[in-house]
Amino acid sequence: MPKTIEEINQKIKRGEAVVFTAEEIIGVVKEKGIKKTAEEVDVVTTGTFGPMCSSGAYLNIGHSQPRIKLGGGRVYLNDVPAYAGFAAVDIFIGATATPDDDPRNKVYPGEFNYGGGHVIEELVAGKDIRLEAIAYGTDCYPRKRLETWININDLNEAVLFNMRNAYQNYNVAANLSSKTIYTYMGMLKPNLGNVTYCSAGQLSPLLNDPYYKTIGIGPKVFLGGGIGYVAWQGTQFNPTASRTENGVPKGGAGTLALIGDLKQMSPRWLVGTSMLGYGPTLTVGIGIPIPILSEEILKYTTVTDDQIIATVYDYSDAYPNRRAESIGEVTYAQLKSGKITLQGKKVPTASLSSYPRAVEIANTLKKWLKAGKFELTKPVASLPDVESGVSFKPLQERPIKH
Amino acid sequence: MVSKKIVLHFPKRLVDRPIVYHLIKDHSLEFNILKASVTPEQEGLMVLELKGKQEDYDKGIHYLTGAGVIIESLSQNVLRNEERCTHCGACITVCPVGAFELDMASRKTKFYDKKCIACGLCIKACPPRAMELHF
Repeated sequence: MPKTIEEINQKIKRGEAVVFTAEEIIGVVKEKGIKKTAEEVDVVTTGTFGPMCSSGAYLNIGHSQPRIKLGGGRVYLNDVPAYAGFAAVDIFIGATATPDDDPRNKVYPGEFNYGGGHVIEELVAGKDIRLEAIAYGTDCYPRKRLETWININDLNEAVLFNMRNAYQNYNVAANLSSKTIYTYMGMLKPNLGNVTYCSAGQLSPLLNDPYYKTIGIGPKVFLGGGIGYVAWQGTQFNPTASRTENGVPKGGAGTLALIGDLKQMSPRWLVGTSMLGYGPTLTVGIGIPIPILSEEILKYTTVTDDQIIATVYDYSDAYPNRRAESIGEVTYAQLKSGKITLQGKKVPTASLSSYPRAVEIANTLKKWLKAGKFELTKPVASLPDVESGVSFKPLQERPIKH
Repeated sequence: MVSKKIVLHFPKRLVDRPIVYHLIKDHSLEFNILKASVTPEQEGLMVLELKGKQEDYDKGIHYLTGAGVIIESLSQNVLRNEERCTHCGACITVCPVGAFELDMASRKTKFYDKKCIACGLCIKACPPRAMELHF
C-alpha cells in the first residue's frame, strides 16, 4: 500500500523510520525485491558535494550611524565586490566574484586563490570580514564611506541563496587540442590526456528522482551542513533533455534553486574553491531525502552507476563554440574505474565532485531522519515536468545596429 | 644501490660554485635534476634525484653538507592539508608521476609523497587548495 509523507513523518517522530542511502538501497532491493522493500523502507537519502558557481549569499548588515545607503553604491567584502543594487543595507555576494585587483587570466593561467566563494566560507566559519563601501549620500542616508569589520553573528540575516545547484547530470570534459587548457572542469591535458567529470552518480539527488516525483518546490534538504529548502527550479532547468529508457538524462537536465539560513551552516560543507585559469567558486554540500511513497519511486532510487550515462565534450573547441558535437558517451561506472576508452585511446579520468563527501552527506541525513531530527516536507508545487515544454534555450543574438 | 630524491638549499655564497659538478664527478653518482631555481635573494634551490652505491651516496651527502648546502628529503616538501582536502580526486590526472591514486573501496584519494617530485602542478590545480609546497 502506498505511504504518505504524513505517515512517514509519524514514524520519523517515533524514531522508527527505515532509512537507507541511495548507495545502500541498491543492495537492499537486490536482496528483497522492489515490492517488499517499498513496504519496509520509508526514505532513501542522497548527497552531492561539488563546485557550484551559481551560489551566493545575501546579507543584511544593519544600519550604521549616521546611515549609509549601499544601494547604488559599491561594496567590497575582503576586497571582493558584492552586489548592492537593493535597499540601504542588503547586499549579495556571489561565489565567482573576484577582487578588482586580481590579475585574473592576465598571468595565464590565473590562480584565483580568493573570491566570493572564499568570503562565504570565511563568513560561515565565523571569521571577521572587512567591509568597505562607498555611496553617493542622500538627505536620509548622508554617509558616503564605510569601513568596518562584520561578523556573521552580528548580521540581521545571512542567507545562502543558490540559483542553480545539484545538476541532475553533467558533461564529461576532454581536450582534443594539442595544448593544455584550463577550464571550469579543471586542467585538461592535450590530445585526450585526461577527462574530468562532476557528479555523485548513483548518489546524486536528481538522478534518484529523475522525473521530479518527490523533489519539488518547498522540501527541506541538507544544505551546506545545515537545513535548506528547495526555493524553485534551478536556472537552465531542462526537463526535456534526452533520457535513457530508465528515465535518466544523459546530460544536464534538472537543477535546483536552494535557500537556507547561512548562520546554521558549516565551512566543512561550503568550501571556497579555485579553478585554475577559470575563477573562484564555492563547493556546496547538498543532500535530499526521497520519501518512498510507491514502488515506482523506490525503483528510481536503485539506479546504479553503470545505468547512468554522461556525454563527453571537447572543451577546446566544441564546448567554447557552443557546438553540440559529442566525443562519446560513457557510464559513471566506467568513469569511476579510473580509465575510459575514447577514440580508441585509454584515457585517465578524474572527478571534481567528492564521492566520499557525498556518502557522508547521505549518511548524515540518514542519521538525522532516524533520530527524529529531520522531517520530510511535501512539495508546495511541482518542478516543470517532461511534458511542460520547458527547455534550455541558447541565446539568439540580435546584433544592435549603430 | 640507493636512489633518493633530495632538496638542496644553496646559500648565496655558494650559488656561483660548481657544487653539483663536484658531487657527481668526485663521488660517481648518477643524478637527475627535477627542479632548479634561484630566488631574488639569490639563494639557490635544487631538487635532485641521486642514484649510486650507498657508500658513494653517503660521501656525496657529506661533501654537500661540508660545503654548506642544506639538505632536506623531498617527501617533507609537498604536504596535503588534510583539513582542506575534500577527496574530490581532481589531482589524480594532474600529477605527472602518479603520486595520487584513487582508493576504489573508499573512493578517497591517496597521496604517496614518496613518489612526489615536487613539480608543484597539483598546488594550483587543487580546487580547495589543499596541497602545500614547503621549502
